[in-house]
Amino acid sequence: MKITVNGEVRELPAPATVDGLLADLGLEPRKIAVERNLEIVPKSAFGSTELNDGDRLEIVQFVGGG
Amino acid sequence: MPLTPDQLERYKRHILLPEIGGQGQQALLDARVLVVGAGGLGCPILAYLAAAGVGHIRLCDDDGVALSNLQRQILFTTDDIGKPKATMAAERLQAINPDCTVEAIEARLTTNNAKELLDGIDLVIEGVDNFDARYALNDACLETGTPFLSAAIGRFDGQVALFTPGPDQPCYRCLVPETPPDAADCETQGVLGAVPGIVGAVAAMEAIRFLTGFGEPLAGHVLIYNGMNATTRRVKLPRDPACPACSAKG
Repeated sequence: MKITVNGEVRELPAPATVDGLLADLGLEPRKIAVERNLEIVPKSAFGSTELNDGDRLEIVQFVGGG
Repeated sequence: MPLTPDQLERYKRHILLPEIGGQGQQALLDARVLVVGAGGLGCPILAYLAAAGVGHIRLCDDDGVALSNLQRQILFTTDDIGKPKATMAAERLQAINPDCTVEAIEARLTTNNAKELLDGIDLVIEGVDNFDARYALNDACLETGTPFLSAAIGRFDGQVALFTPGPDQPCYRCLVPETPPDAADCETQGVLGAVPGIVGAVAAMEAIRFLTGFGEPLAGHVLIYNGMNATTRRVKLPRDPACPACSAKG
Protein backbone atom coordinates (compact mmCIF):
# COMPACT_ATOMS: atom_id res chain seq x y z
CA MET A 1 0.00 0.00 0.00
CA LYS A 2 0.96 3.62 -0.47
CA ILE A 3 0.86 6.18 2.29
CA THR A 4 2.13 9.75 2.48
CA VAL A 5 4.45 10.68 5.34
CA ASN A 6 5.31 14.37 5.74
CA GLY A 7 4.47 14.94 2.09
CA GLU A 8 6.48 12.00 0.74
CA VAL A 9 4.82 8.92 -0.72
CA ARG A 10 6.07 5.63 0.79
CA GLU A 11 5.36 2.07 -0.18
CA LEU A 12 4.61 -0.20 2.81
CA PRO A 13 3.77 -3.89 3.03
CA ALA A 14 0.31 -4.40 4.60
CA PRO A 15 -0.60 -4.79 7.39
CA ALA A 16 1.31 -1.96 9.04
CA THR A 17 0.79 -0.03 12.27
CA VAL A 18 1.89 3.40 13.43
CA ASP A 19 4.37 1.72 15.80
CA GLY A 20 5.85 -0.30 12.95
CA LEU A 21 6.20 2.76 10.75
CA LEU A 22 7.99 4.69 13.50
CA ALA A 23 10.37 1.77 14.06
CA ASP A 24 11.11 1.67 10.30
CA LEU A 25 11.80 5.38 10.33
CA GLY A 26 13.94 5.07 13.47
CA LEU A 27 11.81 7.59 15.38
CA GLU A 28 11.47 7.68 19.14
CA PRO A 29 7.70 7.82 19.93
CA ARG A 30 8.16 10.02 23.02
CA LYS A 31 9.49 12.89 20.87
CA ILE A 32 6.64 13.11 18.39
CA ALA A 33 2.94 13.26 17.71
CA VAL A 34 1.53 11.34 14.75
CA GLU A 35 -1.26 12.83 12.71
CA ARG A 36 -3.25 10.51 10.49
CA ASN A 37 -5.63 12.18 8.06
CA LEU A 38 -5.67 15.37 10.17
CA GLU A 39 -6.31 13.58 13.46
CA ILE A 40 -3.75 12.92 16.21
CA VAL A 41 -3.32 9.22 16.94
CA PRO A 42 -3.38 8.74 20.75
CA LYS A 43 0.00 7.42 21.86
CA SER A 44 -1.60 4.42 23.56
CA ALA A 45 -3.06 3.45 20.16
CA PHE A 46 0.22 3.49 18.17
CA GLY A 47 0.44 -0.31 18.32
CA SER A 48 -3.20 -0.95 17.44
CA THR A 49 -3.71 1.67 14.73
CA GLU A 50 -3.46 -0.02 11.35
CA LEU A 51 -2.51 2.10 8.40
CA ASN A 52 -4.64 2.10 5.27
CA ASP A 53 -3.75 2.67 1.64
CA GLY A 54 -3.94 6.40 0.90
CA ASP A 55 -3.41 7.52 4.53
CA ARG A 56 -1.76 10.88 4.92
CA LEU A 57 0.49 11.06 7.95
CA GLU A 58 2.40 13.92 9.47
CA ILE A 59 5.01 13.26 12.08
CA VAL A 60 5.26 16.32 14.29
CA GLN A 61 8.20 16.93 16.62
CA PHE A 62 7.06 18.39 19.92
CA VAL A 63 8.38 21.84 20.70
CA GLY A 64 8.80 22.98 24.27
CA GLY A 65 9.95 26.58 24.24
CA GLY A 66 8.10 29.72 25.13
CA MET B 1 -21.41 48.46 33.41
CA PRO B 2 -21.92 50.34 30.12
CA LEU B 3 -18.86 51.23 28.07
CA THR B 4 -17.58 54.76 28.63
CA PRO B 5 -17.16 57.15 25.66
CA ASP B 6 -13.39 56.54 25.82
CA GLN B 7 -13.91 52.79 25.76
CA LEU B 8 -16.31 53.07 22.81
CA GLU B 9 -13.53 54.88 20.96
CA ARG B 10 -10.67 52.63 22.12
CA TYR B 11 -12.46 49.41 21.18
CA LYS B 12 -14.27 50.82 18.10
CA ARG B 13 -12.67 48.31 15.70
CA HIS B 14 -13.82 45.41 17.87
CA ILE B 15 -17.29 46.82 18.33
CA LEU B 16 -17.59 47.22 14.56
CA LEU B 17 -17.27 43.45 14.21
CA PRO B 18 -20.78 42.02 14.62
CA GLU B 19 -19.21 38.81 15.99
CA ILE B 20 -17.72 40.82 18.89
CA GLY B 21 -19.79 43.99 19.25
CA GLY B 22 -20.39 45.80 22.52
CA GLN B 23 -21.34 42.55 24.23
CA GLY B 24 -18.10 40.79 23.26
CA GLN B 25 -16.09 43.81 24.33
CA GLN B 26 -17.86 43.82 27.67
CA ALA B 27 -17.04 40.10 28.04
CA LEU B 28 -13.35 40.92 27.48
CA LEU B 29 -13.46 43.73 30.04
CA ASP B 30 -15.06 41.36 32.56
CA ALA B 31 -12.58 38.52 31.89
CA ARG B 32 -9.87 37.35 34.28
CA VAL B 33 -6.96 35.49 32.73
CA LEU B 34 -3.72 34.02 34.01
CA VAL B 35 -0.76 34.21 31.64
CA VAL B 36 2.18 32.03 32.65
CA GLY B 37 5.49 33.00 31.08
CA ALA B 38 6.35 36.52 29.96
CA GLY B 39 8.90 35.43 27.34
CA GLY B 40 8.77 35.12 23.56
CA LEU B 41 5.16 33.92 23.56
CA GLY B 42 4.08 35.81 26.67
CA CYS B 43 5.05 39.20 25.20
CA PRO B 44 2.69 39.14 22.20
CA ILE B 45 -0.01 37.26 24.12
CA LEU B 46 0.04 39.84 26.91
CA ALA B 47 0.27 42.83 24.58
CA TYR B 48 -2.70 41.73 22.45
CA LEU B 49 -4.82 40.79 25.45
CA ALA B 50 -4.12 44.08 27.20
CA ALA B 51 -4.76 46.09 24.03
CA ALA B 52 -7.99 44.13 23.49
CA GLY B 53 -9.21 45.24 26.91
CA VAL B 54 -9.04 41.99 28.87
CA GLY B 55 -10.00 43.42 32.24
CA HIS B 56 -7.82 41.44 34.61
CA ILE B 57 -4.48 39.92 33.67
CA ARG B 58 -2.49 37.98 36.25
CA LEU B 59 0.97 37.28 34.89
CA CYS B 60 3.51 34.96 36.36
CA ASP B 61 7.21 34.73 35.51
CA ASP B 62 10.29 34.33 37.68
CA ASP B 63 12.91 35.44 35.15
CA GLY B 64 14.81 38.64 34.61
CA VAL B 65 15.24 40.28 31.20
CA ALA B 66 18.44 39.10 29.46
CA LEU B 67 20.18 40.56 26.42
CA SER B 68 19.52 37.37 24.43
CA ASN B 69 15.75 37.78 25.06
CA LEU B 70 15.52 41.04 23.14
CA GLN B 71 15.69 39.41 19.67
CA ARG B 72 12.05 38.32 20.19
CA GLN B 73 10.59 39.50 23.51
CA ILE B 74 9.12 42.70 22.23
CA LEU B 75 7.70 44.15 25.44
CA PHE B 76 11.23 44.74 26.77
CA THR B 77 13.92 47.26 25.97
CA THR B 78 17.69 47.28 26.36
CA ASP B 79 17.30 49.34 29.55
CA ASP B 80 15.29 46.51 31.12
CA ILE B 81 18.18 44.02 31.19
CA GLY B 82 18.44 42.48 34.66
CA LYS B 83 14.99 43.67 35.74
CA PRO B 84 12.15 41.23 36.52
CA LYS B 85 10.07 40.37 33.46
CA ALA B 86 6.76 40.15 35.32
CA THR B 87 7.04 43.66 36.72
CA MET B 88 8.43 45.22 33.53
CA ALA B 89 5.74 43.57 31.39
CA ALA B 90 3.03 44.73 33.79
CA GLU B 91 4.31 48.29 33.51
CA ARG B 92 4.16 48.16 29.67
CA LEU B 93 0.67 46.61 29.66
CA GLN B 94 -0.62 49.24 32.03
CA ALA B 95 0.75 51.89 29.67
CA ILE B 96 -0.86 50.19 26.64
CA ASN B 97 -4.25 50.08 28.32
CA PRO B 98 -5.19 51.54 31.71
CA ASP B 99 -8.50 49.58 31.53
CA CYS B 100 -6.56 46.43 32.47
CA THR B 101 -5.78 45.52 36.00
CA VAL B 102 -2.42 43.77 35.79
CA GLU B 103 -1.18 41.60 38.64
CA ALA B 104 2.54 40.81 38.30
CA ILE B 105 3.68 37.71 40.14
CA GLU B 106 7.44 37.19 40.25
CA ALA B 107 7.38 33.47 40.87
CA ARG B 108 7.99 30.20 39.09
CA LEU B 109 4.85 28.17 38.54
CA THR B 110 5.12 24.77 40.26
CA THR B 111 2.76 22.08 41.48
CA ASN B 112 2.81 23.90 44.85
CA ASN B 113 1.43 27.26 43.70
CA ALA B 114 -0.48 26.34 40.51
CA LYS B 115 -3.91 26.02 42.07
CA GLU B 116 -3.52 29.22 44.05
CA LEU B 117 -2.46 31.10 40.91
CA LEU B 118 -5.55 30.08 38.99
CA ASP B 119 -7.96 31.07 41.75
CA GLY B 120 -10.77 33.18 40.25
CA ILE B 121 -9.40 32.78 36.71
CA ASP B 122 -11.60 32.21 33.61
CA LEU B 123 -8.81 31.05 31.31
CA VAL B 124 -5.18 30.04 31.76
CA ILE B 125 -2.78 30.78 28.91
CA GLU B 126 0.73 29.42 28.99
CA GLY B 127 3.84 30.16 27.00
CA VAL B 128 6.36 28.59 29.36
CA ASP B 129 9.72 27.07 28.49
CA ASN B 130 9.42 23.69 30.20
CA PHE B 131 7.17 20.65 30.35
CA ASP B 132 7.07 20.44 34.17
CA ALA B 133 5.17 23.74 34.33
CA ARG B 134 2.81 22.60 31.54
CA TYR B 135 2.04 19.39 33.43
CA ALA B 136 1.53 21.29 36.69
CA LEU B 137 -0.89 23.66 34.95
CA ASN B 138 -2.68 20.83 33.18
CA ASP B 139 -3.23 18.99 36.48
CA ALA B 140 -4.41 22.13 38.28
CA CYS B 141 -6.75 23.01 35.40
CA LEU B 142 -8.21 19.49 35.30
CA GLU B 143 -8.75 19.55 39.04
CA THR B 144 -10.44 22.94 39.11
CA GLY B 145 -12.22 22.70 35.73
CA THR B 146 -10.35 25.71 34.37
CA PRO B 147 -9.97 26.09 30.59
CA PHE B 148 -6.32 25.86 29.53
CA LEU B 149 -4.74 27.32 26.40
CA SER B 150 -1.28 25.95 25.74
CA ALA B 151 1.28 27.43 23.34
CA ALA B 152 4.80 26.23 22.57
CA ILE B 153 7.53 27.13 20.10
CA GLY B 154 10.94 25.96 19.00
CA ARG B 155 13.15 26.76 16.00
CA PHE B 156 10.67 27.55 13.18
CA ASP B 157 7.60 25.84 14.62
CA GLY B 158 4.72 26.35 17.00
CA GLN B 159 1.85 24.39 18.52
CA VAL B 160 -1.30 25.83 20.12
CA ALA B 161 -4.10 23.84 21.78
CA LEU B 162 -7.12 24.69 23.90
CA PHE B 163 -8.31 22.26 26.56
CA THR B 164 -11.75 22.80 28.03
CA PRO B 165 -13.34 20.72 30.79
CA GLY B 166 -15.82 18.07 29.67
CA PRO B 167 -16.36 14.33 29.66
CA ASP B 168 -14.89 13.61 26.20
CA GLN B 169 -12.39 16.46 26.06
CA PRO B 170 -8.66 15.75 25.75
CA CYS B 171 -6.12 17.30 28.11
CA TYR B 172 -2.52 18.37 27.52
CA ARG B 173 -1.19 14.93 28.45
CA CYS B 174 -3.38 13.30 25.79
CA LEU B 175 -1.12 15.19 23.37
CA VAL B 176 2.20 14.99 25.25
CA PRO B 177 1.97 12.09 27.74
CA GLU B 178 5.55 12.38 28.98
CA THR B 179 8.36 14.92 28.67
CA PRO B 180 9.82 14.45 25.19
CA PRO B 181 13.58 13.94 25.25
CA ASP B 182 15.42 16.81 23.50
CA ALA B 183 12.27 18.69 22.44
CA ALA B 184 13.22 21.89 20.66
CA ASP B 185 13.48 24.72 23.16
CA CYS B 186 14.63 28.22 22.38
CA GLU B 187 17.63 28.30 24.68
CA THR B 188 19.49 25.34 23.22
CA GLN B 189 18.15 25.03 19.66
CA GLY B 190 17.27 28.62 18.83
CA VAL B 191 14.11 30.22 17.51
CA LEU B 192 13.43 32.69 14.75
CA GLY B 193 12.21 35.86 16.48
CA ALA B 194 8.99 36.21 14.49
CA VAL B 195 7.85 32.66 15.35
CA PRO B 196 6.68 33.56 18.89
CA GLY B 197 5.05 36.62 17.31
CA ILE B 198 2.95 34.44 15.01
CA VAL B 199 2.23 31.71 17.52
CA GLY B 200 1.63 34.17 20.37
CA ALA B 201 -0.83 36.11 18.22
CA VAL B 202 -2.63 32.85 17.40
CA ALA B 203 -2.84 32.11 21.13
CA ALA B 204 -4.17 35.63 21.84
CA MET B 205 -6.72 35.15 19.04
CA GLU B 206 -7.89 31.86 20.55
CA ALA B 207 -8.10 33.42 24.02
CA ILE B 208 -10.28 36.22 22.65
CA ARG B 209 -12.37 33.71 20.69
CA PHE B 210 -12.88 31.68 23.85
CA LEU B 211 -13.80 34.73 25.94
CA THR B 212 -16.20 36.24 23.39
CA GLY B 213 -17.49 33.07 21.71
CA PHE B 214 -17.23 33.85 17.98
CA GLY B 215 -16.55 31.30 15.26
CA GLU B 216 -15.44 27.72 15.70
CA PRO B 217 -13.70 26.99 19.03
CA LEU B 218 -10.24 25.38 18.90
CA ALA B 219 -11.08 23.02 21.79
CA GLY B 220 -10.37 19.41 20.84
CA HIS B 221 -7.85 20.46 18.20
CA VAL B 222 -4.19 21.45 17.93
CA LEU B 223 -3.05 24.18 15.63
CA ILE B 224 0.34 23.40 14.17
CA TYR B 225 2.41 26.14 12.57
CA ASN B 226 5.36 25.12 10.42
CA GLY B 227 7.51 28.14 9.70
CA MET B 228 9.91 26.25 7.47
CA ASN B 229 7.32 25.94 4.71
CA ALA B 230 4.73 28.50 5.90
CA THR B 231 1.90 26.04 6.55
CA THR B 232 -0.68 25.85 9.32
CA ARG B 233 -2.79 22.79 10.08
CA ARG B 234 -5.75 22.42 12.43
CA VAL B 235 -5.66 18.82 13.61
CA LYS B 236 -8.24 16.97 15.64
CA LEU B 237 -7.00 15.82 19.06
CA PRO B 238 -9.03 12.94 20.51
CA ARG B 239 -8.90 12.10 24.17
CA ASP B 240 -6.41 9.31 24.92
CA PRO B 241 -8.31 6.65 26.90
CA ALA B 242 -4.98 5.70 28.54
CA CYS B 243 -4.02 9.30 29.42
CA PRO B 244 -2.17 9.36 32.75
CA ALA B 245 -3.77 12.69 33.74
CA CYS B 246 -7.41 12.69 32.64
CA SER B 247 -8.40 9.06 32.04
CA ALA B 248 -9.20 8.41 35.70
CA LYS B 249 -11.23 11.58 36.06
CA GLY B 250 -14.25 10.47 34.01
